[in-house]
Amino acid sequence: MTTTTAPPPATHWATRAWNAAGLIVTAIIALLWLAPLLWAANTAFKPEGETTLIPLTWWSENFTWEAFEKTFIQSNMLRWFLNSTVVAVGVTALVLITAAMAAYGFSRTRFRGKGAVFAFVVAGVMVPPQVLVVPLYDEMLALGLVDTYWAMILPQVAAPVMVFILKKFFDGIPHELEEAARVDGASQWRIFWQVVLPLSRPALAAVGIFTFIFTWNNFFWPFLAVSDPDLMTIPVGLATIQSSYGLRYAQIMASAVLGGLPLLIAYVFFQRNIIRSIAHTGLSGT
Amino acid sequence: MATITAPTPAPATTPAGRRLPPWRRVPAGLLFTLPFLVFYVAFLVWPTLSALYLSFFNESLTGTRGEWVGLANWAEMFGDSAMWASFGNTLYFTLLTTPPLVVLGLVMALLTNRAMPLRWLWRMSFFAPFLLPASVVALIWIWLFQPGFGLVNDTLTRIGLAELGWLTEPELAMVSVAIATVWWTVGFNYLLYLAALQQIPQHLYDAAAIDGAGWWQRLRSVTLPMLRRTTGLVIVLQILASLRVFDQIYLLYQGTGGPGFAARPILEHVYTTAFTNFRFGYASAISTFFFALIVAVSAVQLKLFARKGPDR
Repeated sequence: MTTTTAPPPATHWATRAWNAAGLIVTAIIALLWLAPLLWAANTAFKPEGETTLIPLTWWSENFTWEAFEKTFIQSNMLRWFLNSTVVAVGVTALVLITAAMAAYGFSRTRFRGKGAVFAFVVAGVMVPPQVLVVPLYDEMLALGLVDTYWAMILPQVAAPVMVFILKKFFDGIPHELEEAARVDGASQWRIFWQVVLPLSRPALAAVGIFTFIFTWNNFFWPFLAVSDPDLMTIPVGLATIQSSYGLRYAQIMASAVLGGLPLLIAYVFFQRNIIRSIAHTGLSGT
Repeated sequence: MATITAPTPAPATTPAGRRLPPWRRVPAGLLFTLPFLVFYVAFLVWPTLSALYLSFFNESLTGTRGEWVGLANWAEMFGDSAMWASFGNTLYFTLLTTPPLVVLGLVMALLTNRAMPLRWLWRMSFFAPFLLPASVVALIWIWLFQPGFGLVNDTLTRIGLAELGWLTEPELAMVSVAIATVWWTVGFNYLLYLAALQQIPQHLYDAAAIDGAGWWQRLRSVTLPMLRRTTGLVIVLQILASLRVFDQIYLLYQGTGGPGFAARPILEHVYTTAFTNFRFGYASAISTFFFALIVAVSAVQLKLFARKGPDR
């Protein structure tokens, strides 16, 4: 699959010059974008005594794993990682199931008041969850869920935009296939599972990947919903680092690197899928 | 409810006329939407209504309903200079971040949407920061913005410029946040543009090439017009995201609102009012007011989203 808009063969020097210029500009921006990450990693590998030298140096004679070792021993990093995984996997699974079912209901079934119910759901796309933290906290308190995984997971499942995206995708699936299944006597439920869902992998991947990233990185709500250190997710736990490590910069940067690493590693595996699924799902408005 | 004997073929009965158990009488389509609707009503619709409701109470601590105060919270809010200051900060942040985030996202996508050496590396560099949690971004940028041994100030002194108090000067407080934010989130817009560019049919470029159109003409007459809808969407999504800013500011300035409160956004004002001063009723009034503003912007987003694109 060639998805790039390859330029015409570089027949004359002007095209070559353009390409070279484009490459140089790209490399400069990329360097600016990578520098903060590289500098953070560089600091993390230095001994504490060498982190605040002026003028700063990128090279050290004494690169060490010490800051990482100390971070592992002194912080709850593994526990946070586990909590983040529980919350992000839980939310992603529940979003995929509930949103896909709802989208199928709106796209493929008929019932009285469907239009009104769909409009009611679509209106929710406009509701900014961050603005609802006060009443939501009030509600969690009333339900006795503060300081539980449920408090972090349940509210994040209500993502009407995902229903909207999936419904749009389902609408584009030709009806012929399910007609054949229906003639064979398949129920709605079987058509949903065995015909529509398998055809919707790119859309489900896009919804799943982005739900996972947003949940994994969500800070504000988990920060409010949980104060028990044993339940903190990575973003919430790392927020306590700056004050507890004070001036130990190598250790602070080691924590930052460890905190950012899981999704970066996952990205390497999903790189191709991410762009493709956005394109297929029409997320970019095309 | 004795409607079972309706003359029309009621969906509540099987063709044989037997009564179905209650759950079978709910239309199948509605059953499909039900699980989602439960979450939706419980955790989105209910809090929305409850924020409005709470704003009429003098609730001080959660769990105990305060007394009805009518519009007192609302009246207080409109005269609250701290609220208006944080409102202004939020608009300033939105103004600072939206143009570079949209333009840079587009430029990055245009640069890397062609065959070129090391393309995977360039794409990864632009998108990778978006994958970091806000706390990691804050830790890194606090470190970069340090005086003396911070990478940013060190670079400035090396090229002969003066050091700046990135996190200590009120005038710079929001600019620093904006820089960190552009670095952090441009990857999302970049991705949307990249996906949109790949949807542009190659034959349009071929036709333009036959007409002898150069790089600039192809950009102006094919690429940009084809990206118009995406740009509309990216701008609206960006404005919405920027208006809701909280995480990176709260973490960069550790909840202080920055030097002279110059970087306190409206959501942080809501947060402080509710969870430091424990004035839930008043915080709900501010939330609801801010909510109304965001809904107005979102209405535009929805229109862009829902519109049917040209089928290709």
